[in-house]
Amino acid sequence: MTPAPSGGPPAMRISSGLPAWVQAGPFALVFLFFFIAPLVLIVAVSFWDFNEYELLPAFTPKNYIQIFEGCSNVDDLCTTVRTYLSTLKFCGLVWLVTLVLGFAVAYFLAFHVRSSNTQTLLFIVCTIPFWTSNVIRMISWVPLLGRNGLINKGLVGAGLVDKPIEWLLFSDFSVVLALVHLYTLFMIVPIFNSMMRIDRSLLEAARDAGASGWQALWNVVVPLSRTGILIGSIFVITIVMGDFVTIGVMGGQQIASVGKMIQVQTSYLQFPIAAANAVILLALVLMIIWALTRLVDIRREL
Amino acid sequence: MTEPIRPAEPAAPKSENRRTLIKCVTAAGVVTGFPYVHAQEKLVLRYLGTAVNQDKAIGDKFKADTGIEIQYIPVTTDDVTKRAVTAPNSFDLIDTEYFSLKKIIPTGNLMGIDSKRIKNADKITSLFTKGEVNGKKVGDQGTAPKKVMFLEGGKSKAFAKSPTQYMTLIPTVYNADTLGIRPDLIKRPIESWKELLNPEFKGKASILNIPSIGIMDAAMVVEAMGIYKYPDKGNMTKKEIDLTIKTLIEAKKAGQFRSLWKDFNESVNLMASGEVVIQSMWSPAVTKVRSQGIACTYQPLKEGYRAWAAGFGLPSTLAGKKQDAAYEFINWFLDGWAGAYLNRQGYYSAVLETAKAKMEPYEWAYWMEGKPAEKDIKAPDGSVLEKAGKVRDGGSYNDRMGGIACWNAVMDENNYMVQKWNEFVAA
Repeated sequence: MTPAPSGGPPAMRISSGLPAWVQAGPFALVFLFFFIAPLVLIVAVSFWDFNEYELLPAFTPKNYIQIFEGCSNVDDLCTTVRTYLSTLKFCGLVWLVTLVLGFAVAYFLAFHVRSSNTQTLLFIVCTIPFWTSNVIRMISWVPLLGRNGLINKGLVGAGLVDKPIEWLLFSDFSVVLALVHLYTLFMIVPIFNSMMRIDRSLLEAARDAGASGWQALWNVVVPLSRTGILIGSIFVITIVMGDFVTIGVMGGQQIASVGKMIQVQTSYLQFPIAAANAVILLALVLMIIWALTRLVDIRREL
Repeated sequence: MTEPIRPAEPAAPKSENRRTLIKCVTAAGVVTGFPYVHAQEKLVLRYLGTAVNQDKAIGDKFKADTGIEIQYIPVTTDDVTKRAVTAPNSFDLIDTEYFSLKKIIPTGNLMGIDSKRIKNADKITSLFTKGEVNGKKVGDQGTAPKKVMFLEGGKSKAFAKSPTQYMTLIPTVYNADTLGIRPDLIKRPIESWKELLNPEFKGKASILNIPSIGIMDAAMVVEAMGIYKYPDKGNMTKKEIDLTIKTLIEAKKAGQFRSLWKDFNESVNLMASGEVVIQSMWSPAVTKVRSQGIACTYQPLKEGYRAWAAGFGLPSTLAGKKQDAAYEFINWFLDGWAGAYLNRQGYYSAVLETAKAKMEPYEWAYWMEGKPAEKDIKAPDGSVLEKAGKVRDGGSYNDRMGGIACWNAVMDENNYMVQKWNEFVAA
């Protein structure tokens, strides 16, 4: 918890100049080749022209123009804006639900489970859904939620509803459900990690000072786990913004998402326009993350 | 000295055997002093295509017959095209749909297949070479194979108007697609494509979410509903695309579709679970639903079928032994065994007479002549597909393939179409 990563006596920094570069070198190279270079290429290609079967190097804004064609009309939203809004809506909903759920689970694990063995065990239990493939996890919702699925059969059998409930599957509900199921763990882990580093005497102090359980939670635990909350949020938001498989399968392929749009375009060899879409998506996600890091200074907290 | 070793090679799959073999070969090389590496190279053909066509039994049988190994690279229909355009050296043999040729051929990544080296080239069904079934012209809207079957030369990037020596693809399988229905849940005859958007099936219909094929199904529906008659469904103008997508969007907003599907297995699930009772479907998917004991009909419709065809192509860089092996495979494929194998799955093979020779007469009568099954009809794996006495959906080869209304296609306005299709999905 020592807050001085950039500190250190100046003399030491000078003498460690070359070895430090050598140490950082390999990773910097990996970063350059597998992150910076592809990114630069994507941005470059997004300005290229294309036809049915080849990319034509050029500098044309027409891909971006096509994406935003007709988007000045506020009454009847264009496909792009509608798609982004729909993706953002899922992002917001999933973020909220995973945050509440993830926080609750992490809180339980960190503060209510005393023995570290049980903690480890329960933690492993949390990861069980990840032992099977993503697609299987999604498809297995179908026999549960479908028109002739377990839940509907149960409800109809118990006489609670006359006919099967349709919105359980292939709807906004099922998409959010599946995404929450898939990604809550990404929220649990960092929040749990932050919580484990909270000095327990702080909670005792809060209680001694007369704080109720909720007050201690809100004024002590939440502020001290905000790094975890932020990291978890970044995970969830970036994953959901780019998701196309879950939204495709659980939404019955009828709900648009930015990822899906890009996937369709790449499969029809429309790489430049897909690249342009990717650049826009990246810019948007970066803006969200930037806004989040305004709320919490992640470097200082770590 | 090197010659006697060769026959042993295909029978040496284990690495241990191979090592001894290599030792032998090395010794042989040292003794004779001749270059031996190339002579002993194990031939493997990398076969790029979709999983539906890549049957293990076919690869195994070919290896047993010739010693050449087939290595399957299964990807989706769209990815086959993508790889042919972007990575033409990543395969030795491509199995792609004819409509993709409009994208692949202009890149020059495929060579013209020399029909003089294909033994049965002149026996390939007239559907491909002339667009005729049993002497009768069939629908040629869309990318009909005859339009893209021939090249002007071995290295040409242009399609020839009339038959030449050089073929783009040698047909492997083809079929006529229609709507799949659940007769037990619909309980009345279905005769027209327009039923897909009939409000009676609100929330119980589905269409496939592969733009270039989905749009054709939609066009069949639009015509059947009497909204518009396309001059060429397979090559719509922007206005026609707008109209087709508008019809789809209206239906979607009214809640017509329960789901769309993209993956073969998704369509099987939707139908088997009863989420959907009428939808675009592929023939093997119908078979799969039926093999679960659930009633499912591949319903012939009065407006006709949407046909598709796939075939083998060779990358233009293919040369030498690999090229010979690829030609050998194609010749073997047309020789009957593979054709019979495919016909038994409800597909059709390119050279019918060689396939006929490898099928039982009662099988041929059921699959190709539309006659009631004399005995139980079995799938290649031995499971019973149809009980004795049943007739194949859609009847005989001539009835089915003769009823083609249009072909899967790539339109001139493809980019616009994909953009509009995304609008439909987002609506």
